[in-house]
Amino acid sequence: MNDDIIKIQGLSKHYHGQKVLDNIDLNIVRGEFLTLLGPSGCGKTTLLRLISGFENPDSGTVIINGHDVAGIPPHQRHVNTVFQSFALFPHLNVFENIAFGLRCQNISTPEINSRVREALRMVKLSELSQRKPHQLSGGQQQRVAIARAVVNQPLVLLLDEPLSSLDYGLRKNMQIELKQLQRQLGITFIFVTHDQEEALSMSDRIAVVQAGRIEQIGAPREIYEEPINLRVAQFIGQVNIFDTDIIEINDKALKVRIEGRELDLENRRGFRADQHIYTLIRPEDIKVWDETEVTDTHNMLPATVEQVIYKGSTVDLMIRLPSGRLIAATEFFDEDDDTLDYERGEKVWVEWYPGWEVLLPHE
Amino acid sequence: MNSDRLFTRFAIGINAAWLTLFALVPIILILIVSFLKPDPNFFVLMHFSPRSYLTLINPIYLKVFARSLLLALITAGCCLCIGYPFAFILAQLKTRFKPLLLLLVIIPFWTSSLLRSYAMVILLEAHGILNSFLLRWHIISQPLHLLYTNTAVLIGLVYCLLPFMILPLYANIEKLDLRLIEAARDLGASHLQAFGKVIIPLTLPGIISGTVLVLLPAMTLFYIPDLLGGAKSLLLGNLIQMQFLYTGNWPQGSAVSIALTVLMSLLLLLYLRLIPKAQRSQPL
Repeated sequence: MNDDIIKIQGLSKHYHGQKVLDNIDLNIVRGEFLTLLGPSGCGKTTLLRLISGFENPDSGTVIINGHDVAGIPPHQRHVNTVFQSFALFPHLNVFENIAFGLRCQNISTPEINSRVREALRMVKLSELSQRKPHQLSGGQQQRVAIARAVVNQPLVLLLDEPLSSLDYGLRKNMQIELKQLQRQLGITFIFVTHDQEEALSMSDRIAVVQAGRIEQIGAPREIYEEPINLRVAQFIGQVNIFDTDIIEINDKALKVRIEGRELDLENRRGFRADQHIYTLIRPEDIKVWDETEVTDTHNMLPATVEQVIYKGSTVDLMIRLPSGRLIAATEFFDEDDDTLDYERGEKVWVEWYPGWEVLLPHE
Repeated sequence: MNSDRLFTRFAIGINAAWLTLFALVPIILILIVSFLKPDPNFFVLMHFSPRSYLTLINPIYLKVFARSLLLALITAGCCLCIGYPFAFILAQLKTRFKPLLLLLVIIPFWTSSLLRSYAMVILLEAHGILNSFLLRWHIISQPLHLLYTNTAVLIGLVYCLLPFMILPLYANIEKLDLRLIEAARDLGASHLQAFGKVIIPLTLPGIISGTVLVLLPAMTLFYIPDLLGGAKSLLLGNLIQMQFLYTGNWPQGSAVSIALTVLMSLLLLLYLRLIPKAQRSQPL
């Protein structure tokens, strides 16, 4: 069964002799919310422009809905873009901005009117249809930009960092609205962002793009919990990385040395003895115990609290290990630990739930 | 702060004085003269008379006026057709020679347009540069009869007034947000549709400014029809010039001038009514 709306094969693109995209393969499933996540300049916007037809690839193919789109101009691709700058037409009112795409085709006026009104209702702008773009707030402009694109019922909607110009609160709201809209419409969304939180909360799948290549593609949870390499792990969320020596392997158990102490870990990747690996552990997976709270210090690291940052629902700790290394830990308030009293200079023991760590080989 | 305000007042004062002295006073003088009686000896007779204005309804005057307006419109149209692509290309160029290219548009202003019109005579006459060139390369077999025709006047006017069209267009097109064209293309507009639905409306202020700036002088540049059109091509500018210099009928010349000013003011008013709308549509 072939339910890929877009198939990208071996796509490469250079600018001025510099490789921007390097042999990209990517299949996008019909109806999914796919996010291209990467730092600025990683090539994610270029990838979007190759799909929309504003750039031509040096090599490779883009197949949209079964058709190779090489040489097909942007206006015939049935793909619409929500631009970062919104790019609303300043001389047209909201209604006419949304109707623009429909008027370019030969669609009857009554149909245009009903479809635009429907789109206006969808983005809750029915009352503002006669306003000019400059009379709208940032969030309203954003909605017009979205309505203007989806009213054409595109095969795929491309969104190029559409929320980056909005302030924090508005951005949060728009994230939820966008996700709802996508479910409601069933249109495939390809969303570009450098904001990992945005990517994690909205996407069905995330493609992590770095230096012109897709490092990993998978569900948000997969990307966050099972990063395929250090680059992905470091880009998505905060992570503590320990140099780790394997001492002994017993079937599914690993005996390793981290920061000079012997710890027992699970062997899930089939590592060999004497291998040098990395242990990755997220701050929120770390438990920090007061010296008085623990009796058995097996599988724990001794440390000293260096900084306490109270965040309301959590407390972020910076913890110094005996080697001098600083690691980050996030502690949550819960029934077991409703006070979370940590003081600077306090001696603590650090552990994590066995199996919550990620082990990666040296590259 | 205080000196700032002082400077502002000073600058506005100078401007106001300048405009009063060299624009308002002359216009008022012309207005007064246009309501007086002509006198061959003393220029004007101090008697009120609306006769000069009544003469304006004379079919000969109306004919000259219609001819002038038509020629001015054709001139503006030609300037627009040449100037728009020129300004567009110039504005979109990404080269360090851009200021130099813009300078080349302005350089002709540094020479008197009267002199440049004489140069056009040399270019266009039967044994002139253009005809010699075309004959040498066997593009034509007989010299083109250009000089002292309406075509020559048109060529002269377009040549002289083209920068007035290019400069406002350039200023407008340079501000054009190219991402809007991309957005139009993305939404399914062909190149032609993007041009008609986005580029033209957004550059309309430049088109209107350029057209007005060309129309006004095209009606009154008397020496171009004089030099290039010969005596055959009588335009509004020549009419005014004749009334003052040859016929000695100052009130009549003034009346024609005033009529022209009123008409142009109406045009400007129309333009000002159109412009704020268009400017309101400029991106924030």
